[in-house]
Amino acid sequence: MIYREAGRFHATYEEDQRIFPIRLDRVAIAGILAVAFIAIPFAGNDYWFSAILIPFLILSLAALGLNILTGYAGQLSLGSAGFMAVGAFAAFNLMLRVPGMPLLAAFFLAGLVTAVVGLFFGLPSLRIKGFYLAVTTLAAQFFIEWALTKFPWFSNRNPSGVISAQKMVIFGYVFSSPVSRYLLTLSIVTILAVAAKNLVRSRIGRAWMAVRDMDIAAEVIGIPMLRTKLLAFAVSSFYCGIAGALWAFAYLGSVEPQAFDLTRSFQILFMIIIGGMGSVLGAFLGAGFITLLPILLNVGAHTLFSGRISQSLLSNLELMLFGALIILFLALEPYGLARLWQIGKEKLRLWPFPH
Amino acid sequence: MNRSAGIARNAALIGLAVLAAGLFAPAAAPGQEQFIPMASYRVGPYAAGGSGTFGGFIDYLDMLNRRDGGINGVKLTWEECETEYKNDRGVECYERLKGKGPTGASMFNFVSTGITYAVIERATTDKIPIVSIGYGRADASDGRVFPYVFPLVTNYWSQNTAKIKFIGMKSGGMDKLKGKKIVNLYHGSAYGKETIPVLDLQAKKYGFILTHIEVPAPGNEQESQWLQIRQAKPDWVILRGWGVMNPVALKTAAKVGFPRDHIVGVWWSGAEEDVIPAGDAAKGFIAAGFHPSGTNFPVLKDIQKHVYSGGHKGNLEDVSRVGSIYYNRGVIHGILNTEAIRTAQAKFGKKSLTGEQIRWGLENLNIDEKRLKEIGAVGLLQPIKLSCTDHEGGGAVKFQQWDGKKWNLITDWIKSDQSIVRPLIEESAAGYAKEKGITPRDCSKE
Repeated sequence: MIYREAGRFHATYEEDQRIFPIRLDRVAIAGILAVAFIAIPFAGNDYWFSAILIPFLILSLAALGLNILTGYAGQLSLGSAGFMAVGAFAAFNLMLRVPGMPLLAAFFLAGLVTAVVGLFFGLPSLRIKGFYLAVTTLAAQFFIEWALTKFPWFSNRNPSGVISAQKMVIFGYVFSSPVSRYLLTLSIVTILAVAAKNLVRSRIGRAWMAVRDMDIAAEVIGIPMLRTKLLAFAVSSFYCGIAGALWAFAYLGSVEPQAFDLTRSFQILFMIIIGGMGSVLGAFLGAGFITLLPILLNVGAHTLFSGRISQSLLSNLELMLFGALIILFLALEPYGLARLWQIGKEKLRLWPFPH
Repeated sequence: MNRSAGIARNAALIGLAVLAAGLFAPAAAPGQEQFIPMASYRVGPYAAGGSGTFGGFIDYLDMLNRRDGGINGVKLTWEECETEYKNDRGVECYERLKGKGPTGASMFNFVSTGITYAVIERATTDKIPIVSIGYGRADASDGRVFPYVFPLVTNYWSQNTAKIKFIGMKSGGMDKLKGKKIVNLYHGSAYGKETIPVLDLQAKKYGFILTHIEVPAPGNEQESQWLQIRQAKPDWVILRGWGVMNPVALKTAAKVGFPRDHIVGVWWSGAEEDVIPAGDAAKGFIAAGFHPSGTNFPVLKDIQKHVYSGGHKGNLEDVSRVGSIYYNRGVIHGILNTEAIRTAQAKFGKKSLTGEQIRWGLENLNIDEKRLKEIGAVGLLQPIKLSCTDHEGGGAVKFQQWDGKKWNLITDWIKSDQSIVRPLIEESAAGYAKEKGITPRDCSKE
């Protein structure tokens, strides 16, 4: 009933090729963006901006990057956090060493630097597949962390290897308040998410999916393996690099290479597994689940049980509950939260007359 | 729709409502209270350190509330938040707790170098002091550049000079250090790398041969590093470990046959939790400490009397941990935090104070022998006096040796070598100030 497609006719090619062919979807997306850009900046407080929304958006972006590589192109990667680190350190060094470097240009170039690094570590994907490829990307993760720690040049010779991000200034405006940093992050994430959505439904995206589903068949119908796979690595790394730069500049303000360790890579991988492989929406849902749920559990446990149960027990219970919820959601829907949403949409179409 | 799904949905809705209440509810603001945020960690690889330290910290505050009714009638309150020793969770806790209580957070203690680094700028903007007792950013000891950061008692660099002094003492004089081989085995993190420059400087000064070997975090695999050490045949190994890295280092050292009484650990290697898992391999291991273990101090007796008796339960599940190294470190956290509040109260009045006022209290903190006696912490803590330029205050270290059952002190307070440390701190702080465009305060005007 609500999600009916019947009766909507597309009269032009433009209408037919829209990102969201169903009007309700368009209204919903416009509504969400309006809330995110207009309502939240007025309603939110510093805590929400700088502790919840900014990290959520940044990790969504990283998950989106990995989803392009793993969910769409079918190349398993454990190096996402390493690529984030490259982005963060590249942006820092660009701002530091190039006089007059504009911030957004530094972000973009940091993304490109990461893309080049990703391209390099993507080379083995031409020969290796699946779990074996995961191991080579694991090497990327360790190599990047090692290199950034080993060579003090990357951190401008800070004794602890920690970089302090420069001030964020765009056209003379200093992005220092939490709400301004939130809006900057949101704008970048929105632009990149729309770009990703378009990319995956273009010729390139279809080529990625063909490679994912069966690479030999894809090669037989004329999809160039080298270019397609490496492009997936480059684009994915670009997204992770921008996410890393935002992590350093818009979120923490200072990072060390260890902030992007293997745990973070796994975290991003779990986001797309729980959120849904091969889905832009899934990246956001998964990031929400993995980053926000532990905080919600911590806040909830404190509100409910503070003072009555010992803190150590409470902290461990939160972790156990979080694990149980992951298992529960995966058991209910192995294809992730995005698939749940899809099922929900199909149900809505039939509502109120399910059969 | 079936029944159970309906119940589940209702339960979920109630749960969400409760969570929303927790996230949005403003903190209650009854009169004279001083709120101290507790960004603790009780799970993960470093849980032993977190639960012990925060247990002692909270028990001390609890004891003050029960024995004296708080500080000069101002009741102490606190709320915990789980950081899991992760920087992003720590920042979340900082943002969550900074505005609680009638006047906001008094000061933050994260017991994590990484989180301390991550919040320095935020805290300076929010005017909330960051106290890092025996960890954190060493160059923050320069209070002119870091007005809101207080690496109290002894920072890593100071401690490190005391370690070299100790090794010199053991070798029969600082001039005997020439030509000696020392390996610095460090945890691969910001914390671990922090002492490399100060060691390099001392190697140049005293002429010992220094090798840095990194152990990738968390450090549960060290075969290759210890084989490397065995090949190098050093006279001493400085163990800059943390968490699981410590027992593994001692066990692996035993396996390759390196004498444990020639390994000198940092104080994050010198707790019971660091050596007991290594069993006999830990016997003879020496660690630096800025405080001893044991319950033989009046302040700990008071905690046992007021917090752990009469049917009342303290913060620790396992009462036998009272008096352990981590626990006593927590008590020291409690003492220094509350003494800063007391100092600030003397100037601003006996009421709830803001972070900015407590910053003054920290900067003018002066705990002499007499005050230590009143607190009941003689021998537990060294006298400490801060100033606008010096945010460290103490700087002396005691060395202790593990005999298989307990830590025994083997030296008295060994003063650190500020002639090495202070120029490094000022240079590093000046570099930070330049990078960030900070104009250092003029301390003569304060």
